[in-house]
Amino acid sequence: MTGFMSRIDWLKAAPWLYTIGLFVFWEAAVRLFSVSQIILPPPSVIFGAIIQYWPAIWKNSLQTLYTTTVGFVMAVVGGLALGLLIGWSRQIYAGLYPLMVGFNAIPKVAVVPILVIWFGIGTIPAILTAFLIAFFPIVVNVATGLATIEPEVEDVLRALGAKKLDIMLKVGIPRSMPYFFGSLKVAITLAFVGSVISETVAANSGLGFMMSGAQSQFNVPLVFAGLIMLAIEGIAMYALMAWIEQRMTGWAHRSSTMAG
Amino acid sequence: MQPLVQIENVDMRYGGADGTLAVTGLNVKVEKGEFAAVVGPSGCGKSTLMKLVTGLHIPQQGQVIVSGEEVTEPVSIVGMAFQNPTLLPWRTTLDNILLPLEIVQRHRKRLRRHRDEYVAEAEKLLETVGLKGFGDKFPWQLSGGMQQRASLCRALIHQPELLMLDEPFAALDAFTREELWCVIRDLHQEQGITVVLVTHDLREAVFLADKIFVMSARPGRILNVHKIDTPRPRDLDVMYTTEFTEKVHELRNEIAEARAVA
Repeated sequence: MTGFMSRIDWLKAAPWLYTIGLFVFWEAAVRLFSVSQIILPPPSVIFGAIIQYWPAIWKNSLQTLYTTTVGFVMAVVGGLALGLLIGWSRQIYAGLYPLMVGFNAIPKVAVVPILVIWFGIGTIPAILTAFLIAFFPIVVNVATGLATIEPEVEDVLRALGAKKLDIMLKVGIPRSMPYFFGSLKVAITLAFVGSVISETVAANSGLGFMMSGAQSQFNVPLVFAGLIMLAIEGIAMYALMAWIEQRMTGWAHRSSTMAG
Repeated sequence: MQPLVQIENVDMRYGGADGTLAVTGLNVKVEKGEFAAVVGPSGCGKSTLMKLVTGLHIPQQGQVIVSGEEVTEPVSIVGMAFQNPTLLPWRTTLDNILLPLEIVQRHRKRLRRHRDEYVAEAEKLLETVGLKGFGDKFPWQLSGGMQQRASLCRALIHQPELLMLDEPFAALDAFTREELWCVIRDLHQEQGITVVLVTHDLREAVFLADKIFVMSARPGRILNVHKIDTPRPRDLDVMYTTEFTEKVHELRNEIAEARAVA
């Protein structure tokens, strides 16, 4: 018995055990206090709803995954480009930074109606909202990586006749990569927030649209089913980003633990 | 013969006409093949001196002549090493050492085709500093002293005529520091390279240098130049002779005076 127990890797098992624990606790609490299903349905009912409405849930989940991913990829390309531009020149940095902070402070839900006026209801506003919200952390992180090059490294290279482009290619860009890949984890979760906001306000498909429809019919289990699907997609994409980060810039993690 | 480094009446001011005057009336001459050390109270403009010689700063007044030419832009005949080894963590030690070759004009064109030659050169340097076989390790797998050795290799790979060292041993423990003193001493001896060493450590200066420049507090000037005539090759035991101790003591008093004035 003890042999079996000690062979389990508790650290690896912990995420699953805690998740199961949360659902068990939730189920028990709802049943114990006989909470109405309109207020908080128990997990068993939610999973029942997932099975019952599976075709619709599947289709809308794919739609949300699609708009989020496209918006996210645009944010990666745009964020990387603008981050490099801002990190390149102090003047561009000084000029654009307040504009970007101001833009980031605007609630994206307020931008959706404008996007609808421009592009109509549907996929494009959702993609653009995901893009707009995921863009900022990538820009800031890439620019930070470039702005924090050690002056000594720059001196060594400049004394050898290195041009700005050499320093960027040899030091700046590799150096900003851990910041960049780190920011992807933040950006992908924000992209889900953006696409679902837009789908909730103005769309005819996607999980946001499905949940707002279910809410108006008081189909609370379906609303929660949508939330569960969003959480699953979010975790999957986050894990993918964390894996990419580990693959691409493992040196950054090892070096920081070694240097201490 | 013309000195390799000649600084004449140089004034260097940071931040425009009303900025801080870092050095003033600076006069320094370092002959080819000489080992020069620069000592002085902190903030005396030693790092400014480094930047003037390498062409990272162009003085407002006076001139800096390196290898017979007035410095108006960075001079690629210089290798530099700092207190912080500043190796790039995403490159192996060998690739870090090869980095200057990717920058210096006359090497970068040849590098791709003659990579094997350059790698052999880098490995020879690694052996010289006692890092044989560590080329494919990453910097974070090396100790501080080993990183500093690798940083010396990087400073030397493009066969510079002049090696500028800015307190390269300050962050190391006493034993590693003495080991690296010997490494630098031997490099200087064997390759006949000119070295300028900026340091706070007076024993280091007296042990290694032929000539020691004592700088004043800011704005920096040269207060005095000491010739060190201890015959080479010098052994670490030199440091326990009376002459050595007296020289260090003399320097110490001069710097204490320079600090008191400031």
